[in-house]
Amino acid sequence: MAHRASDYKTDVYVDWCPGCGDYGILSALQMALAELNLEPHNVVVVSGVGNASKTPHFVKANGVHTLHGRLLPFAMGIKVANPNLEVIGIGGDGDGLGIGAGHFVNAGRRNIDMTYLLYNNGVYGLTKGQASPTLKLGMQTKSLPKPNINEAIIPVALAITAGYTFVARSYAFDVMHLKNTISQAIRHKGLAFVDCLQPCPVYNDINTKDWYAGEDRKDASGKPQSRLYKLEEKGFDPVVHDAGEVFAKKVAGLEKAQEWGDKIPIGVFFKNELEHTFQERFTQRIPFYPTNPPAKQRLKKEDGVSAIDLSEFMDDLKTS
Amino acid sequence: MVVESINWMAGGPQGSGVDSASTIFGRACGYGGLYVFGRREYHSNIKTMHSYFLQRISKEATLANISDVNLLAAFDAETIVRHVGEVVSEGGIIVDSRDLDVNILKDIATFSEDYKSQIRDFMKENKVGETINDFLNYAKQKNIQIFAVPYMDLLNQIGKKLNLEKASILQKMINVLTIGVSFALLKYDRKLVEDAIKATFHEKIAEMNVLALDTAYDYAEQNLKINNFRHKLEKMDIKEPRIFLTGNQAVAMGKVLGGCRVQTYYPITPAADESEYLEAHEILKTKDGSQEAIIVLQTEDEIAAINSASGACLAGARAATSTSGPGFSLMAEGLGWAGNNEVPLVITFYQRGGPATGQPTRHSQQDLRFAMHAAHGEFARIILASGDIEECFFDAAEVFNLAEKYQMPVIHLLDKGMANSSQTYPVFDYAKVKIDRGLIVGEKELEGKVYKRFQFTETGVSPRAFLGTKNGVQWCSGDEHNEMGNINEEPIIRRKMMDKRLKKLELVDNEVPLELRLKFFGDKDAENIIVSWGSPKGAIIEALNQLKDEGLNLGYIQVRMIHPLPSAHLKQILDGKKRIIDIEDNATAQLGGVITEHTSIKPTHYILKYTGRPMMTTEVYEAIKLILTGKAAERQVLMLGS
Repeated sequence: MAHRASDYKTDVYVDWCPGCGDYGILSALQMALAELNLEPHNVVVVSGVGNASKTPHFVKANGVHTLHGRLLPFAMGIKVANPNLEVIGIGGDGDGLGIGAGHFVNAGRRNIDMTYLLYNNGVYGLTKGQASPTLKLGMQTKSLPKPNINEAIIPVALAITAGYTFVARSYAFDVMHLKNTISQAIRHKGLAFVDCLQPCPVYNDINTKDWYAGEDRKDASGKPQSRLYKLEEKGFDPVVHDAGEVFAKKVAGLEKAQEWGDKIPIGVFFKNELEHTFQERFTQRIPFYPTNPPAKQRLKKEDGVSAIDLSEFMDDLKTS
Repeated sequence: MVVESINWMAGGPQGSGVDSASTIFGRACGYGGLYVFGRREYHSNIKTMHSYFLQRISKEATLANISDVNLLAAFDAETIVRHVGEVVSEGGIIVDSRDLDVNILKDIATFSEDYKSQIRDFMKENKVGETINDFLNYAKQKNIQIFAVPYMDLLNQIGKKLNLEKASILQKMINVLTIGVSFALLKYDRKLVEDAIKATFHEKIAEMNVLALDTAYDYAEQNLKINNFRHKLEKMDIKEPRIFLTGNQAVAMGKVLGGCRVQTYYPITPAADESEYLEAHEILKTKDGSQEAIIVLQTEDEIAAINSASGACLAGARAATSTSGPGFSLMAEGLGWAGNNEVPLVITFYQRGGPATGQPTRHSQQDLRFAMHAAHGEFARIILASGDIEECFFDAAEVFNLAEKYQMPVIHLLDKGMANSSQTYPVFDYAKVKIDRGLIVGEKELEGKVYKRFQFTETGVSPRAFLGTKNGVQWCSGDEHNEMGNINEEPIIRRKMMDKRLKKLELVDNEVPLELRLKFFGDKDAENIIVSWGSPKGAIIEALNQLKDEGLNLGYIQVRMIHPLPSAHLKQILDGKKRIIDIEDNATAQLGGVITEHTSIKPTHYILKYTGRPMMTTEVYEAIKLILTGKAAERQVLMLGS
């Protein structure tokens, strides 16, 4: 039976601020799940802590709302134990790139077959507007006592460097583009990352909805010139077609990632399905891993006694 | 008189084969039907710093170390200096002839100034000169025999036979030379040692080492006064099959038996050996001949280790993480999440010396209170502490049953003493080890219902569905939550949820069999009783046996489940005792404090040790004896072991 986006809605009250970019991302996610017709019980949405990380409570699929910065380790454990689950990680920019930066980088080394959506608005919301790791140096959003003294991380660049095999960016209020990007990310074989740009109407008074839309840069006819442009419309090919071009494609993606200000690319920066996933790497050692993963193994016999035969272990240790 | 038991010590720089020498020595003794208890001591270092292995060999089961060394096999000069004082009368020291002229204060680079000043004091006090030879002459006065062996000459002989000139390869066999000389002095069956070498090394390496063994045996038999050395080891005929294993190995085996299928870890001493052993044996055999596997994940830190293990639990695997103090410090937050979400997570916690980096490779029991209280907030957890390698094995399986039955994290509390000791046991009888997964619901039971992962129930335990179960869509959260698992801050829900989680501890207290939680040894009616936990067990039992032989009867309670503490039963046992002696490897008597808190009974005496070395039978015996004769202070601190 085909699913509709509304099938993935819960009756939990959504407590985000009016005008928050989170709403757009939530809708796009629910639409993508419907488009891919995923069974809610086979989907696990894993989040960290923060406004973004409340998302699982609003999505009718399994939701694991974890600790600040820790969604990736939880997601890895779930996916490794049962690789048949569709795992989607969700967290904010502070969660993933501040407190969770170590996990962000190391996840890239594993290429776990899952999706990670980063809600990126440049500020910490629940603690009232401090600078996040993606706010540019020198910016002073309205609740900062002084201009930001740290340089910003560029999430897509970090993801490409760390080894994510699908790296994209989209925008919370271009819901169709975001839905398509999330859909591609979920379908991707390997670790997929989507940097979801979003305004924070309460604390980020610089990168606002109007700023993204270019309300301050109208052309002669009075039409706003959006700061966002789509890579796919510029003929950018992010896909690694053979193993020899991995490096060149990464460099191309990194070059695009440097653009910001009046020209902000969205779309797919890098995509490589030739890399073995974490699951495939285990399968090379343990051929039955996909069909009999840790969560599915029968641990005991009918009589309740452990199924395991330790005689080979014991033989190795025997002295008589 | 011939002495048919021995304490053998091998010492040398790290990386010189002390470990493999000890494995071979222990195996060879095992092949002859003898019992072995071995302890490994090493620095936090890769090469050059001093390490040693002490093995106690006997016809009867041995449970702990004693301090006396009967035969010291020194790979280098430093070993002589460090351990000469432990060698007892009628013992022997095997020394490399080249080391005799070594000047102790000038030629040994690894000695710190602190240690040198101790040596100077010793030299002054005992009027001993500065060379190894002077130290050995001093030992001779204590009726210790010195066996100087020209290792380099022997290695050159071997090199010629093998057409091998590379000194670095030949040098590696000094350890086997010392074994050959040791066993020759002990008049032990050479064939058994040869078998042990073959079981330890790959074929080609084994061949070289067997030649080294023969060379050493021949040399010793022809050139050393073997018969003057009173100790002797004789092969015994035994029927039962036996194993020789470390605590790390026992835990690993217990885990796979108990159904652990995901193990996560970040490298740390002394826990990592367990995970590596598991990864090396990742494919498992079942009793019906099929195959299963355990996935071992080396994560980027302990934060990731604990949380990925929790994730695996949610998906329905039995999962564990294994660590030591510094790692557990990082895990505190994840432990709280597991508590809040009633995750059946197992944490294997090998204590070492703290705080901070502390003594990374040394023994301690300093983290009981930490394990009990780690993480913010109040939540239910179980702490089970094993006392020896056999308990490590069975407990490692049982902790998963406790975790799943009561849906809470379980900390399996161990220590470096057990992790790195090795011991002989009859093959564990594991045929009856059961698996109880607790209250699990599946697709059918949930059909047509709204699944509530945290449903309020009488016992506090809610039916658990694994992630991926049809009709079992669920939420969990680090926030306080309602029965559905969604965030909720209402006072009524908050109180009910807190009560639901905490009251499961009462269930544990009521349901878990007492024999799993406490063990009693010795005389129940004795007026003097020992309380202890963890690895001092072996030394305590041996000390009690010695005291019993002298007509002194004591009781000994080994507390295994420290949280929740079986306090009613403990109180019953301890009430009215004349003396209660608390024995622990820490400075603050942590278990003693916990017992006092829960029973209002305070131990009368404390025997504590926090040097980083495990307790030895000898010192425990002496300390108890002092108490029984009224000569001891309330608190005694033990110091044995180098």
